[in-house]
Amino acid sequence: MLFSENFKIALRALRANKLRSILTILGIVIGVATVVALLSIGKGATADITSQIQSGGSNLLTISPGRQQAGFRSGGESRQTSHLYYADYDLLTRGITENISAIVPTYQSSYTLKFGDQSLSAAVSGTMEAQKDVHSLELATGRFITDGDNKSDALVAVLGSQVATDLFGSVPPVGETLSINGVKFEVVGVLESKGASFSSPDDSVFIPLQTGYDKLFGETATFNGKQTINNILISVKTTDAMDTVSAQASYMLRRSHKLKPSEEADFNVMNQTDILDTLNSVTQTLTIFLGAIAGISLLVGGIGIMNIMLVSVTERTKEIGLRKAVGATRNQILTQFLIETVTLSVLGGIIGILLGVSIATFFSLTGLIVSVITADSILMAFFFALAIGVFFGLYPAFRAANLHPMVALRYE
Amino acid sequence: MIHVENLTKMFQMGETRVNALNGANFTIDQGEMVAIMGPSGSGKSTLMSIIGCLDVPSSGTYSLDGTALENMDEAQLAEIRGRKIGFVFQQFNLLARTSALENVMLPLTYAGVRGKERQERALKALERVGLSDRTKHAPNELSGGQQQRVAIARALVNEPAILLADEPTGALDSKTGVELMDLFQRLHTENGQTVILVTHDPYIARHTDRIIKLSDGKILSDEINHHPILAGTPRPEEVI
Repeated sequence: MLFSENFKIALRALRANKLRSILTILGIVIGVATVVALLSIGKGATADITSQIQSGGSNLLTISPGRQQAGFRSGGESRQTSHLYYADYDLLTRGITENISAIVPTYQSSYTLKFGDQSLSAAVSGTMEAQKDVHSLELATGRFITDGDNKSDALVAVLGSQVATDLFGSVPPVGETLSINGVKFEVVGVLESKGASFSSPDDSVFIPLQTGYDKLFGETATFNGKQTINNILISVKTTDAMDTVSAQASYMLRRSHKLKPSEEADFNVMNQTDILDTLNSVTQTLTIFLGAIAGISLLVGGIGIMNIMLVSVTERTKEIGLRKAVGATRNQILTQFLIETVTLSVLGGIIGILLGVSIATFFSLTGLIVSVITADSILMAFFFALAIGVFFGLYPAFRAANLHPMVALRYE
Repeated sequence: MIHVENLTKMFQMGETRVNALNGANFTIDQGEMVAIMGPSGSGKSTLMSIIGCLDVPSSGTYSLDGTALENMDEAQLAEIRGRKIGFVFQQFNLLARTSALENVMLPLTYAGVRGKERQERALKALERVGLSDRTKHAPNELSGGQQQRVAIARALVNEPAILLADEPTGALDSKTGVELMDLFQRLHTENGQTVILVTHDPYIARHTDRIIKLSDGKILSDEINHHPILAGTPRPEEVI
């Protein structure tokens, strides 16, 4: 007997109980929709994070204090136990001369900014001219911090785009004076917006590092009488040289921090690949976890289908007997019921995929979450639904196929 | 041609064994019209299911058109059922929400007949039972007698060696029952169709040429009925 014949029989049986069929596949629809939507959103989040990190500038090494696993940047706690010093930066600039295009130290702290009667809290970064290139910052108006500013202890500031709008509103900021923690700074430039990012320059204010030490940061920026920094950024010329530079920097810092060979480093040298790997593994774990929860609903949906198919086999016992009497073999009955179950689950799968894609697209359109719909997540959901149909269809189909024709015909 | 020898069938009902069939011997030739009679529990249903290849005997031999059937497997029996046997049941057993034509096409579908040929053969079978004008009707749109005619068309569509009817008039009023007996007799006389009727009703049985009576799984009598009732003539009690 042809597959198409069986398929027609299955469709007829499903149409005969429309409402029941719809309710039966609802579990699969919801499960598949959730899987597709979650995978798309997960993929979107990963792609978003990747592009954000790569927009920070390529071939970038970040040295930060703290005994940590490779991965996250130093939190507040680790600053208590280990430090990077301005002297470390000096050492690296003098020691590493090849393969690099820039080294930038930054000290960052949060302060209250005031202009007129507006005030807000923002991250203030003490930095140097080279930061502009290292983070590929673009200026909307004015200029960036220069090495001259650092030498002359100039009280100048460059604003991130968000800070500029929040604090100055419609007033053009360049040339105006704002107060940071009570100290007056002249605004010399405003940055172009870089878009949302987890350490966005949009929400920061940049001042010359030397000015910061002398006029703003005070005691908090020193430890044991030495000026501290939050991190050192090294822009490496080529990707190939990343490992060499990273090793050089580690070696020099270990020596200057007087660490024994057995001791763990009290700083971290990370490249973007490390950061990407860590973040991606986090989003991946989350995606898998959420996907597994959605998978459970698929499983529950499958059990629902099996339940209804068992009811259907019992209801149609006489029909099965008749089909056997007019020549249907055990295998033909098995195929018929299996196709019926698979049709149900695949139908649920297709509706679920459409629903999931709609949900993901809707989230993308609202701009809340970026979602990336990929063929493999759709295929995976489809084949999962198919597998559910086969798996949960087998038992009812065997029940039907194994009915004794005489017993089935006499069933009341 | 049906030939059975020492046919037995045993059922295990919990602790007890039931001998539903206890050594039956007979031969039914091509073109005969036979009634198998007996009260309930006499073994006539068991005998019918073995003749109809719905079940296999516990021991003994059964050959249909010279083919030994007692050792066939499930798939082989299904094929024999589809090609050689046409069943008619008391409760018609038509597929609901399915047109008369499609019900009649069902055995052909399992026999691998497709397309135009399948439809033409089904239409011809419906014509033979006088239902050419009801092909598109679903069972619930047909009377009991018409439904049983659809079932007979379904049984005939594969041109079976045996038409096996299990209490075919049991669910019908007597007038419709007589009409159906007329149909069976015509199929028998005009086309030489082998017909086996399983019934407990002596009046129905007397429409056939030969009556096999069963009791307790054994053949009680096997006699030629020299004066079969011609369907449509009044019942004896109606004759004054």
